[in-house]
Amino acid sequence: MSVLMIVVPLALVLVAAAIAAYVWSVRRGQFDDLTTPAIRAIQDDEGTTKPED
Amino acid sequence: MTPTELLAPPVPACAHCGLPVPEGTGADETGPRFCCTGCAAVWDILHGHGLDRYYDLPERRLAPVQASGRSYDEFDHPSFHALYVRPAAGGLLETELYLEGVHCASCVWLVERAPLVIPGVARAELEVGRALARVAWDPAATSLAAIARFLDGLGYRAHPFRGARMEALRKAEDRAMLVRIGVAGALAANVMTVAIALYAGWLDGMEPAYFNYFRWISLLLTTPALLWPGRVFFQGALGALRARTLHMDVPIAVALAAGYTRGAINTVTGTGPIYFDGVAALIFLLLVGRFLQQRAQRAATNATELLHGLSPATARVVDGSAIREVPTEALIPGMLVEIRAGDTVPADGVVVEGRSELDLALLTGESRPKVASPGDRVFAGTVNLAAALRVEVEQSGEASRLGRLLRQVEAGAGRRAPVVQAADRLAGRFVAVVLLLALVTFAYWWPRDPGRAVDHAIALLIVTCPCALALATPLAITVAIGRAARTGVLIKGGDALEVLARPGTLYLDKTGTLTEGRTRLVAWEGADEIRPLILALERHSTHPVAAGFLAAWPDLPVVDAADVRQTLGGGLEGWAEGRHVVVGSPAYVAERTTEPVARRAAADLALTPVLIAVDERIVARAGFGDPIRAEAGDVVRRLRERGWRLRLLSGDDPDVVRAVASRLGFEDGSWIGAATPEAKLAEIERAAGEGPVVMVGDGVNDAAAMARASVGVAVRGGAEASLAVADVYLTRPGIDALDDLVAGAERTLRVIRRNIGFSLAYNVAGAALAMTGVINPLIAAVMMPASSLTVVLASWRSRTFGGRP
Repeated sequence: MSVLMIVVPLALVLVAAAIAAYVWSVRRGQFDDLTTPAIRAIQDDEGTTKPED
Repeated sequence: MTPTELLAPPVPACAHCGLPVPEGTGADETGPRFCCTGCAAVWDILHGHGLDRYYDLPERRLAPVQASGRSYDEFDHPSFHALYVRPAAGGLLETELYLEGVHCASCVWLVERAPLVIPGVARAELEVGRALARVAWDPAATSLAAIARFLDGLGYRAHPFRGARMEALRKAEDRAMLVRIGVAGALAANVMTVAIALYAGWLDGMEPAYFNYFRWISLLLTTPALLWPGRVFFQGALGALRARTLHMDVPIAVALAAGYTRGAINTVTGTGPIYFDGVAALIFLLLVGRFLQQRAQRAATNATELLHGLSPATARVVDGSAIREVPTEALIPGMLVEIRAGDTVPADGVVVEGRSELDLALLTGESRPKVASPGDRVFAGTVNLAAALRVEVEQSGEASRLGRLLRQVEAGAGRRAPVVQAADRLAGRFVAVVLLLALVTFAYWWPRDPGRAVDHAIALLIVTCPCALALATPLAITVAIGRAARTGVLIKGGDALEVLARPGTLYLDKTGTLTEGRTRLVAWEGADEIRPLILALERHSTHPVAAGFLAAWPDLPVVDAADVRQTLGGGLEGWAEGRHVVVGSPAYVAERTTEPVARRAAADLALTPVLIAVDERIVARAGFGDPIRAEAGDVVRRLRERGWRLRLLSGDDPDVVRAVASRLGFEDGSWIGAATPEAKLAEIERAAGEGPVVMVGDGVNDAAAMARASVGVAVRGGAEASLAVADVYLTRPGIDALDDLVAGAERTLRVIRRNIGFSLAYNVAGAALAMTGVINPLIAAVMMPASSLTVVLASWRSRTFGGRP
């Protein structure tokens, strides 16, 4: 059971990392528009650049 | 003699999609014609299965996509760029355009292909929820006007997005809230996981070392939760105390502070209960509730935003023999401007040259065109329908009537009193009572057992958490709004529901709201065989009366007409089946027949008379009017039964309004006719002093009044611009939805009250247990989420809108 002394702090570090990643993604605007990316995801991937001739 | 013009024969339209039938396609056929085999096939299937009702669906009645022909040259003007365009990386320019007509996933695909079609466009992104297209382009390779023309050609009219500043603020606010909720959620979840271990230990026994270890971990996790996401509650509470009011934040802050402090002390001393799981969960749940509330109450886009779309960005100034395009802001009194057919009038002025018809919907709400000739005054925002006019500018920009109207709209929206929510009103009394009880508990237990006195008082403060109280309203409202949306009633703010739940004064617009808003054939006296002759002529015209004739008799055989001439403000004349046909106003027909026209007034004052003469003899009369909606009588009666005081407020001619008012049971004094937008606003202003006021209109000329009213309801068919001002938008045609809205609002208020009742019941029970010393950590931990859970479940299962319970 003494493994808890190691595992719990480790888990807390992971939580901190998860929170940091979440805050980073929100601040970069990834959560601003939740409807359009869902629509784009099901479109065919032909890219928006003209094919090289 | 007023000018006449020769009209071209009509172009047949495809019976399925409405687009023009190409030359030579099935020219000899009778019956419906189609533009292509695809349309013909679909029509066959629908018709064959008896599904012709498909064409009656409101969504189907959209006009086919057509380029508007607008040049968008003003988008390249330096003053436009100064306001709306900003530089982006790589020498590109960037802007946001608001697109009309965006409605689905395919729109996203179409718009985002722009870079493939127009060389020079680096990227185009469409945010479908708000119809905003973010475009970046290389100014050396292409221009914004070209991009706008491309979008317009696809059917998306482009407008500059004027809300960039509001947008940035709103975005920052939303992001901050999401961060808080995410952090609070992560921390709360972890604290609760540790709490499970502690509860297990509490039941089964745990070694003291681990016991303390877990308590310290909980403290470690809760501290940032309090300092970071939880900070808003303390800031709010301090603000409330400084302002000497007590709102929801005060009891919440007290509960959080008490729980945390007591738990911290107990953790350090190693004895006694801790409340960290409750505190952390409280912070998370309350933030979620607050977020829902904020989203539901978010004020719509700045009213002037979309209303600005009403005034054109540029005007055509006559400079000697040349015409230059000038931004509307640059117009000064005295300038001469040319307004082409189809253009919007850019400023108030006097007609100097030309004769045309104007659509005055902006000012009177009427779609009946009004003739304008030299010497007449015209107003900014109205649409020139028929022919080019030259107008001398008198007032422009903010000084124009439209400008003053917009300012009144803004002012009205700002003055509207915020609805104090039921829960917030309770919060003040709640705090006082709870603090009093805490003192009582403390005083009672102190002489008996000082240690427990503190514990019980703290337990009381914690357990009587207003969590459920704070969640009751936002949850009920969010669920109600969601359900309402599914029945076609779009509500922008929860406070609208609370106002609509209690009967007050309700103002109804006439045209488009109580009536259908279209000129229709209402009365007809004449032989049946005349009708195809009339239609033969009317097919050549786009006048509302022509549309009325065509809509009234859709199934008559088609007859060709020749030499059709139209006189503005008068009527049509031409030849059909070898006979000379004249259709028009009594004065027009009198000029063209030898027979004297009996000056009989139309039986109903509300109707516009139209006479028909064939071969110089008057053979028929038609009465055109705007029919009252079929359900209007019912809706009015039901609203009155609910206790609402109804008033009719219209910009139309008082005689017409009187006719409608008496038909619907409005007594003298409860209706007003010939009301300008300013007059409507004044009336709402006056009524607002007596209590909550609801204004129902179809928008443009009701905008100022709707903004000032406690709740503004926009009826389907109103201009897109009016939606910015309204609190509720009824997307179903007709006003049936109005009664549904009020009924749903009443039910929602009942749900809110029930939720508050639940939470109070829990608080009373919890307080009783705490005061008598029965509370232990387990009970406290169960009670706190239990009350919230009950409120959540009760809201989810509530049937506020849509369907019978």
